[in-house]
Amino acid sequence: MKLTLWTYEGPPHVGAMRVATGMKGVHFVLHAPQGDTYADLLFTMIERRNHRPPVTFTTFQASDLGADTASLFKRSAQAAFDRFRPDAMIVGASCTAELIQDDPGGLAATLGLPCPVVPLDLPSYSRKENFGADETFLALVRALARSMPRSERVSCNLLGATALGFRHRDDVAEIAGLLERMGIAVNVAAPLDASPADIARMGQAHFNVLLYPETGEGAARWMERNLGQPYTKTVPIGVGATRDFIAEVARLASVSADVPETGLRQPWWSASVDSTYLTGKRVFIFGDATHAMAAARVAAREIGFEVVGLGCYNREFARPVRAAAKDYGIEALITDDYLEVEAAIAAAAPELILGTQMERHIGKRLGIPCAVISAPVHVQDFPARYSPQMGFEGANVLFDTWIHPLVMGLEEHLLTMFREDFEFHDAAGPSHHGGKADLRPVAEPHIPEPAPANVMAAQMIEAAQALAEAIRWLPDAEKELRKIPFFVRAKARRNTEKYAADRGLTAITIETLYEAKAHYAR
Amino acid sequence: MSLDTPVKGCLHTPVLRERGQREVFCGLTGIIWLHRKMQDAFFLVVGSRTCAHLLQSAAGVMIFAEPRFGTAILEEKDLAGLADAHEELEREVARLLSRRPDIRQLFLVGSCPSEVIKLDLGRTAERLNQRHAPHVRVYNYSGSGIETTFTQGEDACLAAMVPGLAETDAENLLVVGALPDVVEDQCLSLLHQMGVDQVQLLPARRAADAPKVGSRTRFILTQPFLADTAAALERRGAERIAAPFPFGEEGTTAWLNAVAHARGVHPERFEKVTAAPRARARRAVAAHAETLRGKSLFFFPDSQLEIPLARFLARECGMRPLEVGTPYLHRALMEPELALLPETALSEGQDVDLQLDRHAALAPDLTVCGLGLANPLEAAGHPTKWAIELVFTPVHFYEQAGDLAGLFSRPLRRRAILSGEVRP
Repeated sequence: MKLTLWTYEGPPHVGAMRVATGMKGVHFVLHAPQGDTYADLLFTMIERRNHRPPVTFTTFQASDLGADTASLFKRSAQAAFDRFRPDAMIVGASCTAELIQDDPGGLAATLGLPCPVVPLDLPSYSRKENFGADETFLALVRALARSMPRSERVSCNLLGATALGFRHRDDVAEIAGLLERMGIAVNVAAPLDASPADIARMGQAHFNVLLYPETGEGAARWMERNLGQPYTKTVPIGVGATRDFIAEVARLASVSADVPETGLRQPWWSASVDSTYLTGKRVFIFGDATHAMAAARVAAREIGFEVVGLGCYNREFARPVRAAAKDYGIEALITDDYLEVEAAIAAAAPELILGTQMERHIGKRLGIPCAVISAPVHVQDFPARYSPQMGFEGANVLFDTWIHPLVMGLEEHLLTMFREDFEFHDAAGPSHHGGKADLRPVAEPHIPEPAPANVMAAQMIEAAQALAEAIRWLPDAEKELRKIPFFVRAKARRNTEKYAADRGLTAITIETLYEAKAHYAR
Repeated sequence: MSLDTPVKGCLHTPVLRERGQREVFCGLTGIIWLHRKMQDAFFLVVGSRTCAHLLQSAAGVMIFAEPRFGTAILEEKDLAGLADAHEELEREVARLLSRRPDIRQLFLVGSCPSEVIKLDLGRTAERLNQRHAPHVRVYNYSGSGIETTFTQGEDACLAAMVPGLAETDAENLLVVGALPDVVEDQCLSLLHQMGVDQVQLLPARRAADAPKVGSRTRFILTQPFLADTAAALERRGAERIAAPFPFGEEGTTAWLNAVAHARGVHPERFEKVTAAPRARARRAVAAHAETLRGKSLFFFPDSQLEIPLARFLARECGMRPLEVGTPYLHRALMEPELALLPETALSEGQDVDLQLDRHAALAPDLTVCGLGLANPLEAAGHPTKWAIELVFTPVHFYEQAGDLAGLFSRPLRRRAILSGEVRP
């Protein structure tokens, strides 16, 4: 047993629902107790779908337990077929039904339904949502896809986009457009918006583009082995990765890699002088492995951040994430326990967090800006506007999204220049963080004791008080420290105390403060 | 209030009972509002990742505020041998309590997986009680989907607390059902003004304020879904005061009047205390009734609040209920409501596909349903009001009557604005 509050991933049958809901003409019959229909609202609310997910729940209750649940399953499957007339059906069990050991696959087979019925094996007590999606897509491909002659024009399949995927809708559009410009047709994009008939003709493609390894790698590997289709290993998130992806695709398709980078603005935005202030900003990255690794590359090489933390919650991808972290000289954090993530973030004291919805809230608690780069996400990360993560437009989106929560160069400059100004004092906070500016009376004769600007400051002060038994801040130094803009003050305090501790000092003077500043200057 | 609707009542209306796919929450969901109410309680679900995921999805952003609930997720090794599971649970609880010394009441909440493997949480609760008494009191109830629907989780929780309440000989009044603090305060203030004293709440805000119960205890429900709790209180010798539920001006007045009657409050005093808030409530409701009058109404089953709400919308806002669905219909508790509800089709339980067929045929002006159905129905052209909000938002008693009507008029006004029919 493990005590859990947040879960980064749902159970595997939610992954299966993501595949079924993303597709057309597929119906999922899920053996599950009353109440498991809660998962419907992930699709109708978070993704704002305008139809019910194509899932029939058997919704057994206590009174049904016993031999009755098997016939209940059969009745539900038959009724679902009669009502929805799907082109293919998938059947499986949720965690409770796994315990009562009815066999959905076997039971459905006895009905002799006139459509393919694909049984799913979803081990709820050892695996999770992404596994469920990957496994379901693989099962459908294995059941429906066949070897067939290649299309005349060079074409590929796009693999892995699902319902409830973070920016999957726009990524598919962006990459399809990019491939089109290279003269490559998209044969089938699946599971998102594909039908069973589409799955059946996937064998026509010359190769596969694996967009999301978490939800498409099982199918990509099977198709490589059984249909002779190689698949791409580069996920095109970021300018560099997109260029590498283009080169890889050009090799697989024997076409030119010379693609006009129309509309790409990210490199110039990043090179422009206002971005100089981004140099070496410390960033902590956490999410699913694919997005986290891609984000680290963009952060380090395309924006010029320093990656001080990198990790993922899906253990299946621990190895590549560990290898990537080593490139940045850090140890990867592989965990699905948010408390560990929170502790790691607090210890790394980054200036920016790139993470999931959970990290957004950790950031809020610690007073650190954050941008969302990966599922799990809330409704606001299924935007109405076009906002891919992949390709060249994706690179533009990433730049805007990540930089927005940071204090931009000009504003940082102003804050530093006018740091005791009535409009730019601590408690006012940066204008775009939503806090109401608290203007200081102009004629105020003395600097009031500032309230801690945020929880981070409060925690830091607490930590400092513990330290203060060994190291004391002299009043002048303390006053000088308050002149440092609030968003870097916590780090300045930490650095100064570490500097003093390393040198066995017991009191911090103004000189110590500036000695430390010089020592840590970059 | 509009009383021109012909009232025949629904006491003898046949109820359509259906079995099939149910589009409802399980009782675990109750934790999300119960833990806000009981400030020193922690709710520990023993279940699967699905249970944790449900709580997370239902709690929305609340889950990021260090709430006092969590899930002990069963793993493969827990399923292999039962003996181990109790030890594992006791260890997890000890860890939890050492981390959260402020916790005074701990609820072990059963789920479908724990019920199906017959994990005896009652025994674990007893053992934990011995180990952690008197500092922490450990209870056990089931919020599993196989046994409970949505708000029934609160019923199971409160019913589990009743046997442990202290005995009293005193004449006291228990107001039963978790209400938002602001509503609770209004309720207590009205009772106080009427001269009704010795009023206690179940659940109380803190363990130390737990009510006492005995043979001279009278109790009244503020929520319709508390059948097991009522039965448990009756087993302790307490007597229920029957009343409609306090929704709208009429419901609140009838509810207060039932208490007044039981406690011998003079009609003059009752009139004096209620006159001003009654007038306020009527005025506030009238503003929304303009939008709602004459509109037809359909309830999908969700919380057992459907019948009292349909009564309020029909009688005070002039709506026309076409079908009122409820997950369970407890006849004895619902009798005063059924007598007031204009004649309409009633259904208990659900086969969601068949109910959707009936709904499509009726094409009601406003549909009350869960979040899994709301957007799909909107996309099909049916204005909806999502039902869960009615459980989280303060809607009971006089001062909220206007807000309650507002929850139903807003989707209709919004539709009119977006379609250009009216200028905002």
